[in-house]
Amino acid sequence: MTSTDDPFPEFAATRRLILKGAVGVALIGLGEFSFGPVPALAAANDKWPEGAFKQKGEADAIKALYGKTAEVSDKVKLDAPEIAENGAVVPMSVTTTLTDVTSISFLVANNPNALAASYNIPPGTIPSVANRLKMAKTSNVTVIVEAAGKLYSATREVKVTVGGCGG
Amino acid sequence: MASTIRVRATATGDTTEVQALIQHPMDSGFVKDAKGNLIPPHFIQQLAFECNGKTVFLADWGTAVSKDPYIKFSFKGGNKGDDLKISWVDNKGASDTTTAKIQ
Repeated sequence: MTSTDDPFPEFAATRRLILKGAVGVALIGLGEFSFGPVPALAAANDKWPEGAFKQKGEADAIKALYGKTAEVSDKVKLDAPEIAENGAVVPMSVTTTLTDVTSISFLVANNPNALAASYNIPPGTIPSVANRLKMAKTSNVTVIVEAAGKLYSATREVKVTVGGCGG
Repeated sequence: MASTIRVRATATGDTTEVQALIQHPMDSGFVKDAKGNLIPPHFIQQLAFECNGKTVFLADWGTAVSKDPYIKFSFKGGNKGDDLKISWVDNKGASDTTTAKIQ
């Protein structure tokens, strides 16, 4: 259709505009849909630290995650069982009296990958976490607390009678 | 589908205690199935808790977190009746979100 034999050229132009508008709306709709599922994570603006989780050793994982070393502190309390009967589910928790805590991480030295979990503690959240981890065998469990830009740690040995990584 | 996330958030004074239990296999990638084939890793990478538009807790998880993970933490600033939004994303890109009222 050319404008010369269109009896209503103005109408055709309007129709073209309407069509353009419809495409625009459709695109916006698609955009919203594809970004829909992860708003909370996007808001936190924090990527999953893949490099740190890939490290095998405990020291390497701490370095990859924080880029510095930790000092042992009695202000960090790690609560873990002395003997874990089932390595697949070892409950452990950490509390600390330190202030300005920004992050807490759990590392199991003898696991295939030492870093087990890392928690982001925003201001207003109490620096105390409880979770359940898998342990391949008897190992030292280290917890790292980042407070006011410095790292503090506590370590405990947990004896495992049945490993959590066997079949 | 029923949500994979079960959560209980209780406010006492100005502190809200949150306990969450998520249904997820958390396969480490080191375990073999009955035929001796390795089960590929399948685990939650990030878990976020949001209250009143603010992230109150963000977990980065590796494969060493137990199957059907459990987590407990507390934060200040939540009130009874506020919405707590929980969402997770795993290494295969699957995700789930749920909202719970603080009790």
